[in-house]
Amino acid sequence: MGNYILEMRNITKTFPGVKALDNVNLKVKPKHIHALVGENGAGKSTLMNVLSGVYPHGTYDGDIVVEGEVCTFKFINDSEAKGIAIIHQELALIPSLSIAENVFLGNEQTDRGFIINWDKTRSRTIEMLKKVGLDVNIETKIRDIGLGKQQLVEIVKALAKDVKILILDEPTAALNDEDSNHLLDLLVDLKEHGITSILISHKLNEVTKVADEITVIRDGAVIDNLEKGKDEISERRIIKAMVGREITDRFPKRKHEVGDVHFEVCDWNAYDPIDSEKQILKNINLNVRKGEVVGIAGLMGAGRTEFAMSVFGKAYGKKITGTVKKDGKEIVMHDVSDAIKNGIAYATEDRKTAGLILIDDIKRNISLAALDSIKKGIVIDDNMEIKVGEQYRDKLNIKSSSILQKTGNLSGGNQQKVVFSKWIFADPDVLLLDEPTRGIDVGAKYEIYCIINELAEKGKSIIMISSELPEILGMCDRVYVMNRGAIVGELTAQEASQEEIMHCIMQSNKEVTK
Amino acid sequence: MNNNLKSLVGSLKQNAMIIALIIVMMLFLILTNGVLLQPLNISNIIQQNAYVLILAIGMLLCILICGNIDLSVGSVVGFVGAISAVLIIRMDVPVLLAIILSLLVGVVIGAWHGMWIAFVGVPAFIATLAGLLIFRGLTMVVLQGTSLAPMPLEYTFVAAGFVPDIANIDGINLLAILSGVIASCLFIYSEISKRRNKRRFNFAVSHFGSFLIRIIAVIAVINFFTIQLARYRGLPMVLVVVVALVLIYSFFTKKTIPGRHIYAYGGNPKAAVLSGIKTKRILFWVYVNMGFLAALAGIVFTGRLNSATPKGGDGFELDAIASCFIGGASTTGGIGTVVGAIIGGLLMGVLNNGMSIMGVSIDWQQAIKGFVLIAAVGFDVWSKSRTKT
Repeated sequence: MGNYILEMRNITKTFPGVKALDNVNLKVKPKHIHALVGENGAGKSTLMNVLSGVYPHGTYDGDIVVEGEVCTFKFINDSEAKGIAIIHQELALIPSLSIAENVFLGNEQTDRGFIINWDKTRSRTIEMLKKVGLDVNIETKIRDIGLGKQQLVEIVKALAKDVKILILDEPTAALNDEDSNHLLDLLVDLKEHGITSILISHKLNEVTKVADEITVIRDGAVIDNLEKGKDEISERRIIKAMVGREITDRFPKRKHEVGDVHFEVCDWNAYDPIDSEKQILKNINLNVRKGEVVGIAGLMGAGRTEFAMSVFGKAYGKKITGTVKKDGKEIVMHDVSDAIKNGIAYATEDRKTAGLILIDDIKRNISLAALDSIKKGIVIDDNMEIKVGEQYRDKLNIKSSSILQKTGNLSGGNQQKVVFSKWIFADPDVLLLDEPTRGIDVGAKYEIYCIINELAEKGKSIIMISSELPEILGMCDRVYVMNRGAIVGELTAQEASQEEIMHCIMQSNKEVTK
Repeated sequence: MNNNLKSLVGSLKQNAMIIALIIVMMLFLILTNGVLLQPLNISNIIQQNAYVLILAIGMLLCILICGNIDLSVGSVVGFVGAISAVLIIRMDVPVLLAIILSLLVGVVIGAWHGMWIAFVGVPAFIATLAGLLIFRGLTMVVLQGTSLAPMPLEYTFVAAGFVPDIANIDGINLLAILSGVIASCLFIYSEISKRRNKRRFNFAVSHFGSFLIRIIAVIAVINFFTIQLARYRGLPMVLVVVVALVLIYSFFTKKTIPGRHIYAYGGNPKAAVLSGIKTKRILFWVYVNMGFLAALAGIVFTGRLNSATPKGGDGFELDAIASCFIGGASTTGGIGTVVGAIIGGLLMGVLNNGMSIMGVSIDWQQAIKGFVLIAAVGFDVWSKSRTKT
């Protein structure tokens, strides 16, 4: 009995009309890193919400047993009291407060119960930061540190509450390789200190690297359970369990019919919109041919998103200089609607906050960027809008109850398909895709790749920004490497490799420090 | 059966505010021994509340954009009333020209607010709070601290007049009855074609029983009111104005591209910008529109009162804001309908009128309206949070 620190027995959770979890059993051994993998919508997050008390006891069937004791969590506080802490994908830090203030938020170090003891707060924060190897001033505001460090602060915050079980939901989704590795090393280190982790991740290479045990969930049920040392752990086997079929090729093939140079950006410069002295983009030159997929690789903060947005009708930046040419002719864009009129589309990396109107349904999101094409006189033609919605739902395989479903209720992969539908419907010639597969599962990724290929085969020019190097290498005909706001390398598909790309970045860093 | 019951409960929830309005009316019908729905009083309710309804339409558009509000409309109502009174009474400007000039003043005031909010980036709350102070002050300056009265008959016609009848029958107004019948036919036609369209695309349609009940109920209500109006002096001119505005703005918000852009902007400003929507321009025009409607409300209010006073329009902005939120608009933007705002305004109007007939003092009326606002929005938030889990 006492072999497990946590047992979830026969958990069944139903939402109106859907069985989200069906008789799920999860057993976690102490001092283990237990990975939970599965496609989006498979039920991982629901399971963790049951565990942490977001869905209170009584709204689900089954038992939660922590250290041999059956628990009935009514609130998140109850699970925290038992030493369970969950770190969500969207970080719960207050940007305007300092690191120390954030670490002890809701868990303030007090004298006589209600006066905050700042000395104690500071000294304990310093001590904890040392533990996770984070070397920053504790008075720094959260908004001034990078995402990777913010993630570590979240972990420190959990550790400050004497956590025994740490649940991490996609902790590395937004991190670059360096930060990701640091985080994973930290988890291994914490394990040595007696802390159990449950890791939810889509990045299978990470999972296979650090996990002691892997549970695969599909459609609300446990499909497979692999233990290090006992079972053979391979990405292939996990993927097969996740999607229910074998994916032989993670990147679909396409016919390469690359035409003439179609889209060019020349001598592109831009400055920070708030601090107009700070140059964000430095003299960027780039071109894409018809039917070509061009990647922009680089680390977080290299200026890739800023570049794409500044080209997309000056949606980012100040004092922008440089020219954009299409088929050799210069085009002038003052705002986003000019860019759309000129056949340029930009699919954002942040679909929830900047891509979709979550309180609106699928069809209205799809039509938003091209309402002019479904108007009759001054009126939006509802019937046409419905037809367009149905057509794209079908074509891009958007899994939903109907086109009237709110996009806020869709899974990440399906949300991304709605974003793609919107831009394909706007009928652009040039697509800027910013992290097109961030946070979506293997199956949906494959579908997105197929869509990109289809667009390229139709002669569209595609610029793809991605932090996942395998994706860049697997999809692109040509790769630009960006670092510190400048292009520091251009590689053909044959030349490009992870090492070569990192080499370009390191080389340019050296030149800067000289 | 269970499914039918569920869809019935669902449609009840959708129409919660209409049901609340009906319950409040029934309540006051009993409490006032039937006075509430007598022909004279129905005319009164319409004429007393028209300006709040007009303001609520404009306010709804502001609120749809990220929950912005316009605090200045009460002062603008007073200011425009004062301008038109000065033009007509002191300067002998022809009435029609004076009305046009007054509306123009409203548009300019709206553009003034819109400029600060959209192009300079001053928060709407602050810009319009400044407007509240500025135009209240200017009202007193223009009127030199006194009231101006009386207004000529042509001016008060919009607010207090009645549409002339087409026939001359004693004791009954044919035009009113006819308009009720025509409105019923149009309503039936539009409901049936909407339903047919939904069927065509295999969307869920409401239960046929509840569909029928809805149609019958709405037709009964329309005709009851037009018949009651016919028994008094016919259709109040201002009712025609309000109905026209409701139709125009409903059409605008639901069917046109700028209307869709407003909802998209309120639903997610960042996504709207990245979809090529000119958000600043929309913000500007929404406030210009608010200025125009505030001026119209000012003319209606001054006509109804038959004088322009320094305190005219005081506190109207709060009534208009409350109407929108009672009518289901979201404080964060992107959700709300013109019809909802009108129903919210009517609910407040009926409360006012009913309590006045009963002789409830004005201080209690204020408190009770406050309770209704918090109850309505509280219920809305509560029922939404329930459907989520």
